[in-house]
Amino acid sequence: MTFATVPAAVEKYSTAFEAAETRKNSESPAWLNSTRRQAWATFSELGIPTRRRGNELWKYTNLRPLAEAEFSFGEAGSVSLDALKSNGPWDDSWDTIVVVDGVYSDSLSNLHGTSGLVAGSLASAISSGSGEVERLLSSLAGREEYAFTALNTAFIDDGAYVQIAEDSSLDSPVQVVFVTSGPGHDGDSSRATYPRLLVDAGENSSLTLIETYINLSGSAQLTVPVVEIFAGRGSVVRHHRVQMENEQSFHIGTTRVNQLADSTFSSTTFAVGASIGRNDIHTQLAEPGAECTLRGLYMTGGQQHQDQEISTTHAKPHCSSHQYYKGILSGRSRAVFSGKVVVERDAQKSIADQKDLNLLLSRGAEIDAKPSLEIYADDVKAAHGATAGHVDRNTLFYLQSRGIDEDAAKAMLVRGFAEEMLDDFKPKALRDFVERVTDYRIKILLDESDTIGTA
Amino acid sequence: MLEIKNLQASVVDIEDSEILRGIDLRVNKGEVHAIMGPNGSGKSTLANVLMGRLDYEVTGGDILLEGKSIVDLPPEQRAHLGMFLAFQYPAEIPGVRPWQFLKAALDARADARGEEKMTVRNFSKLFDEKVEAVGINPQLVKRSLNEGFSGGEKKRNEMLQLEILQPSLAILDETDSGLDVDALRIVAEGVNSMRSPDRSFIIVTHYQRLLNYIRPDVVHILVQGKIMKTGGPELALEVEKDGYRNYLPAGATA
Repeated sequence: MTFATVPAAVEKYSTAFEAAETRKNSESPAWLNSTRRQAWATFSELGIPTRRRGNELWKYTNLRPLAEAEFSFGEAGSVSLDALKSNGPWDDSWDTIVVVDGVYSDSLSNLHGTSGLVAGSLASAISSGSGEVERLLSSLAGREEYAFTALNTAFIDDGAYVQIAEDSSLDSPVQVVFVTSGPGHDGDSSRATYPRLLVDAGENSSLTLIETYINLSGSAQLTVPVVEIFAGRGSVVRHHRVQMENEQSFHIGTTRVNQLADSTFSSTTFAVGASIGRNDIHTQLAEPGAECTLRGLYMTGGQQHQDQEISTTHAKPHCSSHQYYKGILSGRSRAVFSGKVVVERDAQKSIADQKDLNLLLSRGAEIDAKPSLEIYADDVKAAHGATAGHVDRNTLFYLQSRGIDEDAAKAMLVRGFAEEMLDDFKPKALRDFVERVTDYRIKILLDESDTIGTA
Repeated sequence: MLEIKNLQASVVDIEDSEILRGIDLRVNKGEVHAIMGPNGSGKSTLANVLMGRLDYEVTGGDILLEGKSIVDLPPEQRAHLGMFLAFQYPAEIPGVRPWQFLKAALDARADARGEEKMTVRNFSKLFDEKVEAVGINPQLVKRSLNEGFSGGEKKRNEMLQLEILQPSLAILDETDSGLDVDALRIVAEGVNSMRSPDRSFIIVTHYQRLLNYIRPDVVHILVQGKIMKTGGPELALEVEKDGYRNYLPAGATA
């Protein structure tokens, strides 16, 4: 590979990397130091992917604003528990891990010593060599040629670690809150953080995991999270991802899931925040009988850009995958849905479907939807589709003819469109929270709307 | 109750698209009027114009409800005044459940009229009763409004709304189309049970069939945007026998 120019924005991050390396090297195990250095080498070769031509992964998402932005890499700030509770989903009965600016917070975390669950700081798990951290960490993300997993891995320090013992079935959800605090102590208002989450679900275990990203500052932040989830044989993992950072921030998230035989992984994303938001999730159906369901709701307004990069690989026979995303777009916002399913030659009797439905509330909003199937096996059932439409005035007239005024009718129609995704958020406090945010967002999006009820 | 005076209407933004070409009609309290006509006669347009559909523009004449003009009112305000339109093709609305939809409709009307809203408990009771009366599968109304409903189920759902909203003027726009005899009977029973000295109906239909079950007080024949003849129930039977050919200009067929 040759580069016409120097990889974008690498030098901005290099001082921070060198400083972090000097600081961490003596404390970290040798394997981790080597992982970090390799990842840094990858990132410094790739840079921030600003070139879109010929770059399928970033064809519709322009990262130049991110490459040009300046970030500080200061010490973790502090946040209050009240701020967490009022800005994100919260239930005292959940086991909750709080990570502030990438660093585990013992005082804010709320863990109940639940039997079968090991949950806490990733740094502690690394230093105590607990479980299989050494074998698992960055085995799914961080070794490939991908700028953002490399960037995150180069800065691995702390984050969250969740391990469910074999045959353990947790009644109550585990939440991991990644929060960006206010301005850094050095006065810089923009901060870059690299949250890391490692989830190890043992054989026949069952877990509901809530992953929440919130931002308590009013300025532009960069969050580059990497989540690795290992679903053991026969395990059931229900994953919810709530991304609601402020509208100046950048969120470039990567989730990598490996599923063993007969495991079930379901994930629903709720993406409403960030100036540029990316949810890149890949599930590897590594053994027969695995099933994954990837769903999500994205809502964009103003100048926001949301990018769902969703992919599944069927490596073995008798697996099924379902991708279903919905978008509500208004203002001059843009969204991308790029769904990909690869069915490898061995993966006979695979079932795969993909769907992306979008509701455009304004003429200035734009969606690029690109569902795709790559099938190398011959005995496969697969279907895909994508639509984008406006709310038509016939439907609006129907509601109005029953006495519901135009504004209320619009809100009801848009909310109705979102409803089936909201239904996925089963834990009550979570459901209530996403519902509240959805209603609030819909009001804002409708204020920017200029197409409903026109033609 | 309702008085239509020399009503003319066109499709919005399309030149020379006049569909209603001077309609005069008076519906008194408690009366059931049938409006019959061949395809393209404007009968469905009339139903929609009465309810205020934005696709049509009133270019002349007036519509008076209890003596007051309603042509400038949006559809929801006409509903608040007691009007109701049963749709020929009811919209499918994902994620909105019939229960929630009807509660919102009743609440909006109560707000507009300055009345007290029905409690959730009382509304639920009413809703369950009406679901049973109309004969809708109770599982169906737990789902999204009209989504995946068959043609017959959609019409029953329209009857459910009619029964719950209890309008003073109900307009049925070809509610009989696509219905089998059983469903037709249910629609007719719904209308007949709601007939009262205070409630009027306008039944728009192509066929006389529905009128076997609902006996109208007055029948109008609408052709090419004008009422060509008004009479009693016998007029419907005449149309059944001879079709609309007596009302069409020479050379036209229907």
